[in-house]
Amino acid sequence: MNRRKIWETLRPYVMILPAMLAILCFVIYPVFYLLKLSFYKYNLLNKAKSKFVGVDNYEQLFAKDEFYTALTNTVWYTIATVSLTMLIALLLALWINQKKGKKINALLQAGIFTPHIISIVSIALVWMLLMDPNHGILNFLLKLVGLPPSKWLQSSSTSMMSVILVSIWHGVGYYALIILAALKSVPPTIYEAAALDNASRFKTFYKITLPMISPQLFFILIIMTIGSFKVFDTVRIMTGGGPNNSTSTLVYHIYEYRSNNLGYASATGIVLMVIIAILTFVYFRMLSKKIHYQ
Amino acid sequence: MASIEFKKVTKSFGDSTVIEDLDLMIEDGKFTVLVGPSGCGKTTLLRMIAGLDPQTSGAVLIDGKDVSHTAPGQRGVALVFQNYAIYPTMSVRENIEFGLKNNKVSKEERKELVESISATVGLSDYLDRKPSTLSGGQRQRVALARAMVKKPAVFLMDEPLSNLDAKLRVHMRIELIELHKKLGSTFVYVTHDQVEAMSMADTIVLMNKGEIQQEASPDTIYREPNNLFTAQFVGVPPMNTAPLGKDGASFGFRPESAALTRSATDAWFQYKGVIMTREMLGSETIYHVKGDRYTFMIKCYEDLFAVDEPVYVGVPADKLFFFGADEKRIAKNAPGYQAYLDWLRRQVDE
Ligand SMILES: Nc1ncnc2c1ncn2[C@@H]1O[C@H](COP(=O)(O)OP(=O)(O)OP(=O)(O)O)[C@@H](O)[C@H]1O
Ligand SMILES: [Mg+2]
Repeated sequence: MNRRKIWETLRPYVMILPAMLAILCFVIYPVFYLLKLSFYKYNLLNKAKSKFVGVDNYEQLFAKDEFYTALTNTVWYTIATVSLTMLIALLLALWINQKKGKKINALLQAGIFTPHIISIVSIALVWMLLMDPNHGILNFLLKLVGLPPSKWLQSSSTSMMSVILVSIWHGVGYYALIILAALKSVPPTIYEAAALDNASRFKTFYKITLPMISPQLFFILIIMTIGSFKVFDTVRIMTGGGPNNSTSTLVYHIYEYRSNNLGYASATGIVLMVIIAILTFVYFRMLSKKIHYQ
Repeated sequence: MASIEFKKVTKSFGDSTVIEDLDLMIEDGKFTVLVGPSGCGKTTLLRMIAGLDPQTSGAVLIDGKDVSHTAPGQRGVALVFQNYAIYPTMSVRENIEFGLKNNKVSKEERKELVESISATVGLSDYLDRKPSTLSGGQRQRVALARAMVKKPAVFLMDEPLSNLDAKLRVHMRIELIELHKKLGSTFVYVTHDQVEAMSMADTIVLMNKGEIQQEASPDTIYREPNNLFTAQFVGVPPMNTAPLGKDGASFGFRPESAALTRSATDAWFQYKGVIMTREMLGSETIYHVKGDRYTFMIKCYEDLFAVDEPVYVGVPADKLFFFGADEKRIAKNAPGYQAYLDWLRRQVDE
């Protein structure tokens, strides 16, 4: 009897043990290891020569101009990518949702989703070709409509915009599909009720559609913010942080110090983690009241 | 206050025509009930009045004006949906207020209206709740309040009571009748429950397969059904009907018009059978009587017989109905009536 009772209390813990072990090994331990590294001057060649330096790495970090450049770049990148992707995805989803033809819809959905299944490396490479100032199609098109050509990735004033453009293009279809699914789950009779209540199109959107899809929008906002703060691949391939550090982001900054100053890179990683944690927390505090869960 | 008129209205979805060339006049200020079996087009008709699914051809007139090109919100109609369609993201108050806000009703007036309507339907304590925390009956009241608060000229209801339990349904039925008396607006009420139709309606419009079978008061529909379909649809249990064996005609009588006896009587129509089942419903009992040729449902107010007992079913001449081969009822003063009556008497004698 007693043994059975013990088993009853233990059972849930035993059940989640494998998952917890995996999380412990692959999430918790690395995070703490990263934290430890950030307090060391680490020697990759000779581990024994590594030494504890306290908050030196952090002091160094907050004194570096490059870090602030990377941080500012990342913030701008995040703001632009998240807001524009969400806006375009929402508009796309609304547009597809009000289309009646089944075949056209399937085609459109497949079309906007395709960028998501292509490797970002390939996408970045193709866009680099398109954005070539001399032979690229984009400049050719600009000239065709009579606009001045752009230097795209090769000027520090347009490089960030170009990276943002590629990121949006890559992500927008995927998020549009999530929003579309949310839109489709709104019962049509609610819209009919709104029509009978003499609601204008704007009011219907603002008071009914938007609250109904708010959980999905909130999810996208958080996922995208976190993802954008960690942007790396496009930068690595398309610009290498340049020209003149104009596209250097936090993760790219970490990457640059991966071998010659591991402790410093770790400290940057910790700072990035803290920023994302704070941001997510703020989002929840600010928005959770406005989200309507069914 | 408004009358509603359908003029040669046809409604198709793709290639399937649900309603064809329908003419119907719904009177101003009346409680009209649309009734019919599932899929006969009741909801479709209601949605055409509301303008949610406009007719394919023909015209719908509200208060004499063609509203074919008027938006749903401008027609002066309110609709209570079958599934309520309450805005889930808004509180009860916001739900009720939404239409008023869109119609630019001032804040004070809005407040007053919401308070008085919510008191009427008994929602005063729930105004700041979200619909997801309400019971089915309370949600239905929200839907009703949302419709009522707009003071519509036409009040459309699509099976608003179908999700409620039997007791609450009876209660709400009475409340709706009172509401109609109080508001005096035109009510169009859809149901497939004929008890509901009989108990609430000034006028019943009975439909089948997109066609109007009969349009009359509950009393007339019950006593003078136009055709076989109406006769078989109305009443619990419905009218007993059977082929007459002449000209493809049929005869029928109400379950409560027949008398059950143990020995033969001199009733005009007499039929010998055995009681197959007995349903005791409290004040009345329904017997299922089976003979060689026919089976009948008989309603008695006294519970005198047992299962397997042989009995005589007797129906007086004036309680018999006859329907022609075209399923139309043959009136008592029509030429064929007496011949059928005599034929029926002779049939059973043999
Ligand atoms: N959007 C639609 N597309 C195609 N057919 C439809 C559509 N709406 C209704 N119908 C068809 O029209 C007919 C009438 O439907 P309607 O909803 O008016 O029935 P109803 O009388 O309200 O039935 P119930 O009592 O079951 O609610 C049905 O045969 C239905 O299949
Ligand atoms: Mg219906």
